[in-house]
Amino acid sequence: MSGTYLGLPSFPAAAREATRDGQLRANLRHATHTIRSKRATAISELTDWPQLRAAGAAIKDHTLRHLDHYLLQLEEAVTAAGGTVHWATDADDANRIITALVHATGHTEVVKVKSMTTQETGLNHALAHAGITAYETDLAELIVQLGNDLPSHILVPAIHKNRTEIRDIFTREMTHWGRPAPDNLTDNPTDLAEAARLHLREKFLTAKVAISGANFMIAETGTLAVLESEGNGRMCLTLPDTLITLAGIEKVIPTWQDLEVFLQTLPRSSTAERMNPYTTLWTGTTPHNGPRTFHLVLLDNGRTDTLADTTGRQALRCIRCSACLNVCPVYERTGGHAYGTPYPGPIGAILTPQLHGTTTPLDASLPYASTLCGACYDVCPVAIDIPDILTHLRERITQGGPTTRQGQKTTIKPAKRHRLEHTTMRTTRWTLQHPTALHHAQKLATHTRKLHPKNPPGTTTKAWTTTRNLPQIPPTTFRQWWQQHQKQTTQPTQHTQQAPHTEKAQPAHNTEQNELTPQTPQTPQNGKSEKGQQNEKGGRQQ
Amino acid sequence: MRVALFLTCVNDLLYPDTGRAVVTLLERLGVEVDFPAGQTCCGQAHYNTGYRHEAEPLVRRHAEVFAGYDYVVAPSGSCVAMVRENYPRMAERAAAEGRDSGRGLAAAAAAAVPQTYELTEFLVDVLGVTDVGAYFPHTVTYHPSCHGLRMLGLGDRPRRLLQAVRGLELRELPGAQECCGFGGTFAVKNPDVSAAMGQDKIDNARSTGAQVLCGADNSCLMHLDGMISRQNTPLRAVHLAEILASTQEHPYQTPETAGKIR
Repeated sequence: MSGTYLGLPSFPAAAREATRDGQLRANLRHATHTIRSKRATAISELTDWPQLRAAGAAIKDHTLRHLDHYLLQLEEAVTAAGGTVHWATDADDANRIITALVHATGHTEVVKVKSMTTQETGLNHALAHAGITAYETDLAELIVQLGNDLPSHILVPAIHKNRTEIRDIFTREMTHWGRPAPDNLTDNPTDLAEAARLHLREKFLTAKVAISGANFMIAETGTLAVLESEGNGRMCLTLPDTLITLAGIEKVIPTWQDLEVFLQTLPRSSTAERMNPYTTLWTGTTPHNGPRTFHLVLLDNGRTDTLADTTGRQALRCIRCSACLNVCPVYERTGGHAYGTPYPGPIGAILTPQLHGTTTPLDASLPYASTLCGACYDVCPVAIDIPDILTHLRERITQGGPTTRQGQKTTIKPAKRHRLEHTTMRTTRWTLQHPTALHHAQKLATHTRKLHPKNPPGTTTKAWTTTRNLPQIPPTTFRQWWQQHQKQTTQPTQHTQQAPHTEKAQPAHNTEQNELTPQTPQTPQNGKSEKGQQNEKGGRQQ
Repeated sequence: MRVALFLTCVNDLLYPDTGRAVVTLLERLGVEVDFPAGQTCCGQAHYNTGYRHEAEPLVRRHAEVFAGYDYVVAPSGSCVAMVRENYPRMAERAAAEGRDSGRGLAAAAAAAVPQTYELTEFLVDVLGVTDVGAYFPHTVTYHPSCHGLRMLGLGDRPRRLLQAVRGLELRELPGAQECCGFGGTFAVKNPDVSAAMGQDKIDNARSTGAQVLCGADNSCLMHLDGMISRQNTPLRAVHLAEILASTQEHPYQTPETAGKIR
């Protein structure tokens, strides 16, 4: 895997490669299953989880509805605290602003922490192009950078690597970036961590410029927050003279009190911890303490277009916890690279096509990278209905329709490569609307059942029959049986003879504990089920 | 009580035994069952693949066909979830786009939604039975399909029904709540991932030593059984309804297209 997202194939092709990589699948399976079960335990400790989830969704929705107000409030507060705010409409814009800011310091090396948004804009490449070297300091990001690789997970970017692979990367690559790995480095986690610590410490103590992301931005005070586990972020955020933060505009929340909700839901959802080890909060600049210069670059890059979509906009609630990745059976088999962008897994499958648009083959394939099993929605701490947005985006791809690109309302056409599928869907819909035609087709299928080839031609059937047998068509449809059955049951003599399938139950076995006797079914009031059952149906309630 | 069987399109042609089992079972429990002949499909395949507009006529048809029944019962959590979750959603969207007159989709959704029940819900919640007098002398492991599990919240209803079957030994399926990889058109749009997921499900089922992999949605079972029969694995995928319909006098019979339960 080279260190670029450009030119990646569409999801099914990338997924084919990934599913054949046994080591990758074993690494992913182990990691996702471990964190998944730990998370379930951490969530179960809180009795008010559903309320926290609803509160998080409500805070985000409120902020998004009044985004213009809160962003201006944020800008005012950051400026008043001694910071400078920059507005970037797209990735190039953001990279240009940040490159110019680093150039202005006169330094050519920067340390970086906690910023998926810089992955989204491709900042490291832009900096390298301008003669500036960026050092990733988050341990997993370091592994990815040293391995000339790409992050595969939102929270655990090196999830796809096991410790032996990491040892090999450290031994081979560290020397090209700074302090070499110790001789005879083992794959013991403690030794690996020590090697990274020694390597990174040199960077922290010499760097004059740092670039970070932000988990939250508090509009009322202009305070930014980064949550992390290693303390490397704390180093980046406090040691250098200049701090530049790049954050998507959706990261703003109104007040300090709102932060309370996310400080509970984010760590539990992501690392399964009650509280993350390091929470760093900073407000502008403070004399004799921390960075002397602070810049905040606010990035749009498709976010206001996403906000214009009434169904898809809830994707902007995302707090990047990665719980949806860890439960996703598709992600578990493919890893993050198959998604071709910094945002993998279920959230990536809905966020990327909204930020980018659905016109490239990769973007158009992402909404189909899901079985709609719903596990992602169940775990989402801000209740993003990912399956619903997936079907909504599929509709945009197959049927076209109104959307917003670069602030302009536009109507997109159905994707060309779905033309055949569209014809099939229209034909099947017509048949399903005309039962007589359907029944004739069914009859034909059952009459010719002996003639059906085991592996019929066509790419769709091939996709099925490569690993599976097609079901064999039985000699009669249910309808045909039903007609016979009805004739039998409507003849009075048949009733007295008690045809096997119509006789009322007389269980022949031990009936002591048998609840079943032929009984008059209870008919609950209003045709609804008993109230007591409602709790069990709460799976999709928010 | 007038109960209509909503058989779902996959069952009608490919798995008629499941439909027969539902009729046999409900009639044994004293329920008068009707099969409205005009039914075809709930439109789920169209809707989930991104053809919402194409699915809308099927919503109207579905509501018309099942109008007037006290209950509509289907042996498929996925199709019931389509009716209960997505019909109202489709009506809302059509109205927001100014395409629904108010008498169309919204009325269809309102008519279809309240009385549509998944089979195990109907048995446990409406009829109030968990022991349906079945006999099935095999070891069974149960896969709860995603839409029944998450969209309908079926909970332990299917397992309670299975546990009451005489002769049946229920074995816990590791990773039961994970998707089997079918996902409608996902199975052909992403065949490699689908197969990888299906294989894990089958491996988990085999690890229990069970003879039968039971599910309550024939489309998931079609995907899994397709892999099982390709691999000649000593495991059979059987719909829950067929197990519940089986008695000592009229035991479950494998379809002529399949082998015996080993």
